[in-house]
Amino acid sequence: MNASVQPILSGRGLVKRYGRVTALDHADFDLYPGEILAVIGDNGAGKSTLIKALSGAVSPDEGEIRLDGKPVHFHSPMDARAAGIETVYQNLALSPALSIADNMFLGREIRRPGVLGSWFRMLDRTAMEKTARDKLSELGLMTIQNISQAVETLSGGQRQGVAVARAAAFGSKVIIMDEPTAALGVKESRRVLDLIRDVKARGMPIVLISHNMPHVFEVADRIHIHRLGRRLAVIKPSDYSMSDAVALMTGAMKPPADMAAA
Amino acid sequence: MTQPKTASTPSQDFESVLSGSASEVASFEHPGKTFLQRGREFLHGNPAAVPLIVLIVSLVVFGVLVGSKFFSAFSLTLILQQVAITGIVAAAQTLVILTAGIDLSVGAIMVLSSVVMGQFTFRYGLPAELSILCGFAVGALCGFINGFLVAYIRLPPFIVTLGMWQVILATNFLYSANQTIRAQDISAEAPILQFFGQSIRLGGAVFTYGVIAFVLLVFLLWYVLNHTAWGRHVYAIGDDPDAAELSGVRVKPVLISVYVLSGLICALAGWALIGRLGSVSPTAGQFANIESITAVVIGGISLFGGRGSILGTMFGALIVGVFALGLRLWGTDPQWTYLMIGLLIIAAVAIDQWIRKAAA
Repeated sequence: MNASVQPILSGRGLVKRYGRVTALDHADFDLYPGEILAVIGDNGAGKSTLIKALSGAVSPDEGEIRLDGKPVHFHSPMDARAAGIETVYQNLALSPALSIADNMFLGREIRRPGVLGSWFRMLDRTAMEKTARDKLSELGLMTIQNISQAVETLSGGQRQGVAVARAAAFGSKVIIMDEPTAALGVKESRRVLDLIRDVKARGMPIVLISHNMPHVFEVADRIHIHRLGRRLAVIKPSDYSMSDAVALMTGAMKPPADMAAA
Repeated sequence: MTQPKTASTPSQDFESVLSGSASEVASFEHPGKTFLQRGREFLHGNPAAVPLIVLIVSLVVFGVLVGSKFFSAFSLTLILQQVAITGIVAAAQTLVILTAGIDLSVGAIMVLSSVVMGQFTFRYGLPAELSILCGFAVGALCGFINGFLVAYIRLPPFIVTLGMWQVILATNFLYSANQTIRAQDISAEAPILQFFGQSIRLGGAVFTYGVIAFVLLVFLLWYVLNHTAWGRHVYAIGDDPDAAELSGVRVKPVLISVYVLSGLICALAGWALIGRLGSVSPTAGQFANIESITAVVIGGISLFGGRGSILGTMFGALIVGVFALGLRLWGTDPQWTYLMIGLLIIAAVAIDQWIRKAAA
């Protein structure tokens, strides 16, 4: 990566301890504009804690997170969202009984203009449904016929699509996706990967957490390998094989000297 | 989602067969659906339909069995009068149950509020209007305590409100010294306390202000629950509080506001209770919490939260009223009413479980 390009989201020396367990041990992190950065690591390597720190779900004990070069301190996922970082959680964080449009706008509803909105707090369903439909169409998701149907009537892939569309609609700086293909079948995974590329094509940098090596190697520009609470190496998928990545991740292979600082 | 775009290059061999697989992701109208499945989906989308159908059927059945004595404007509006108090309390209960909670203290809050309204006027000589405001404040305070314990101390709503039920009821008896304020005194000195007992007559039909308040309240809450962000948040919290939190709902403040609003509505029920009884009695409304839960359950609101319509609650309260009056006019032992209501509760929950399967 060109040294003159500033990372859009970075972490330096992040530490998070849970009692006697150190989940993050002076971990670093860099996400550059317009790229898909995959984060991989063995179970317990601390990658979830890293992601939680970046998405505001966890406050690190030490270290600094910078967004666009400016230090930020997130105390809740809401803070991170307000700063332009949207997260697609593994459990999707959708309310099954609510409609697609209601879910997309949950927590940031649009109200009707004029007295209806200010006095009667009436929701502008028309505007919300139109935006929701537009966002889903942009991502090629419009086989969903009825935007007001409940999310629980959708398939797993469609729900994932709604969650991604929500993140893409509101994320202005970074989108974090936690295991977006873990619960999906082959065909649906394929669609979600296409969706990730579509989002990237619109210039949005993405952090992708995944256990699925083929998926990681297919879409990622760079791969952040997390091991024992810190960043072990950052590799380009074109330079390494999947088994190398797994070997690095599990400690079977030592990182090359020049990679450790990358 | 559309078919994989030409730009996408499958990275795994087994994916090459995907081009030959079915291209539609979602087709929502399966032609092979049975009538039963379609019915279930309709009910899933319209949760108040079941209680409405039951209400209409029971009206027709009792109309046929009992005849004009039942099917008169007077009798039908009498049902409304009899369910108005329970209905108002059930509206409060609905809000709490939609968040996957339960409020066992609704009846106690109602009675304490009515006692405060009466005693503040007669014991301290406050203007009745001010006493009524104090009654609402007490209702809101009780609700706030419930909400705080549920949202911030994270105690189960059942336990919190079970405890508060006892605490509030005991406070009510201690404070009122078991004293009833007589109806004559109220109508002579503070008639506004009996405001909801006044009525409008249209022919044989009698609509008390309490009935009108009940119906208006239900429609107001229906609007709030369906057409404001707050209402959508109430449903989202009942559905899945963690998901709601992550997607940006401020769960704790919303939960508190639900319990406070529930307390305020109970205070309104307390005021309407004075209108219905004429007097202020600390022993009134003993069964209001159970009756309100009955109306909510028969109204098709899921006790697991997040599902149901407040219109269903109104129909549920009316169904109870129709059975009670219908069976009495038909000349049966009143125990048959309880038996039928018991069966209705079990049937309502069974139907709720069945409808939920439509989502799968």
